[in-house]
Amino acid sequence: MGKSRTWGEAVITAVIKTCGYSAIVFVVLIFFFLLREGLPALAEVRLADLLAVRWYPIENYFGLLPLLTGSLIVTAGAMLVAIPFGIGTAVFIAEVAPRWMREVLKPLVELLGGLPSVMLGFLGILVLAPFLRTFLNLPTGLTALAGSLLLGAIAIPTVVSITEDALDAVPQGYREGALALGATKWQTIWRVTLPAARSGALTAVMLGVGRAIGETMTVMMVTGNAPVLAVHLNSIVSPVRTMTATIAAEMGEVANGSTHYHVLFFIGLVLFVISLAVNVAASTVVFRQKKRAERVLS
Amino acid sequence: MKRSLDRSLVQRAGFSLLTLVTLMTVVPILAVVVYIARQGLPAISWSFLAQMPGDGMRAGGILPAIVGTLYLTLGTAVFSVPLGIAAAIYLAEYARENWLTRLIRIAIINLAGIPSVVYGLFGLGLFVFFLKFGTSILSASLTLSIMTLPVIISAAEEALRSVPQAFRTVSISLGGTRWQTIRRIILPQALPGIITGVILGLERAAGETAPILFTGAAFFLPRLPNSPFDATMALPYHLFVTSTQVPNMPFQIQYGTALVLLVFVLGMNVIATVIRSRARAKRQW
Repeated sequence: MGKSRTWGEAVITAVIKTCGYSAIVFVVLIFFFLLREGLPALAEVRLADLLAVRWYPIENYFGLLPLLTGSLIVTAGAMLVAIPFGIGTAVFIAEVAPRWMREVLKPLVELLGGLPSVMLGFLGILVLAPFLRTFLNLPTGLTALAGSLLLGAIAIPTVVSITEDALDAVPQGYREGALALGATKWQTIWRVTLPAARSGALTAVMLGVGRAIGETMTVMMVTGNAPVLAVHLNSIVSPVRTMTATIAAEMGEVANGSTHYHVLFFIGLVLFVISLAVNVAASTVVFRQKKRAERVLS
Repeated sequence: MKRSLDRSLVQRAGFSLLTLVTLMTVVPILAVVVYIARQGLPAISWSFLAQMPGDGMRAGGILPAIVGTLYLTLGTAVFSVPLGIAAAIYLAEYARENWLTRLIRIAIINLAGIPSVVYGLFGLGLFVFFLKFGTSILSASLTLSIMTLPVIISAAEEALRSVPQAFRTVSISLGGTRWQTIRRIILPQALPGIITGVILGLERAAGETAPILFTGAAFFLPRLPNSPFDATMALPYHLFVTSTQVPNMPFQIQYGTALVLLVFVLGMNVIATVIRSRARAKRQW
């Protein structure tokens, strides 16, 4: 009995350990398959052609710049929405709202995070785009602006929840100290609590960027998908096309193993590297903040 | 005197601004839900839920999309739940704080951040082509479960860690082995938290479109799928194609589809919230 017990214990432990490592295995596998299917693109298309401004795969133009600028402009616009609204809402929930209101607001914001992106894209087509077209008098409402507004909304829950965690982590003594010195509640928030939580807020913004640049369905449905270089001021009210939307729209129609197929995987590889960089950077900010807090409090 | 007046004025203005910003964030969320419910409700009928689509999606019901989303959600659960919980047990109960554990944590954070369409590419490369599962429920479920994994691992680990250390000490001191302690003491205590995390993860999977675009989603199927190797229709994909690729699509069917998807996702969300708050109320530690 004792023996079979230790034997069973060993098996279970081995299984659990193996599962514990699975996350590493999957990240490596994903990277490997993106490399395997994406790197041939570099052999088939000259680097100068990949960095060109024309994306027209049917005639073998694989310039990635319009897609890159499209992703950047939509993401930048999304951040202009998500940063003020996300951080403002987080401060309100954490510092101003009474307890009962907090219990209502938090699930509501989480609800936004749970809404499928295809549903926001659907409403973008039927409600937001027609509104923007008539309101701004544009030829079409399916523009970078529509994408930015919806992507901003999608990034808000990420920004709110991480900023709020950071604000909660600020020691109560900081607030009490400020109030005892005669600061108003507003001054305490603005000059003490928020600065103390700034690295958390920075992490929130970075992860929000990661969320926005990787979002696919909403941008594909509402940005109009025109692969033009988005570097002018009025690009924000013109149709653009992002990297994610290009993969989603075209992968279904390409021949397995063709140059176009490899280039789409190469774009996926670029997105993977971007999200890797954003997330590693965000987690080092958190790590540094922890170390500093430990030094201060010890 | 004047300064303190200024200060309270600034505070008033600041708080009003914050309230306004919060309202502008929260009100549209409610508006979206109410709007979809109002526009979609007239479309909902027994035949809409239980019939096959007809006339190139422009008539009939959405039964295959509903069934497909159920299959995909269940398929995702089959793979991601045991794997995710086991990984969480490892991190909470076995792992020491060393470089390997740090690497696992970085990997989990990165899995959570990878764009959903990149999961789609990966699923296409590994499951559809390399393992030759084809465009199928199996490929799509496997792709979705890897995407769901970080959510389940993080939530389950947090639930396991919230069980007080004393429970472990007592069990071990009574002669329980490590696994017995986990199995009979820790897991039951952490279960509500784990279930909440699982449901929230599956909720995300149920609403996703990009990962299944090229791994398992079908535009239209004349019959329900009857094996894991069949492709399937799915609610989010159906909403996508009917709103972008079907000309003269009646709005009512689109809003009806959106409403069914919303109910599906919100229902899971509500169940998770109820389980979490009930467990909190009952908890004795």
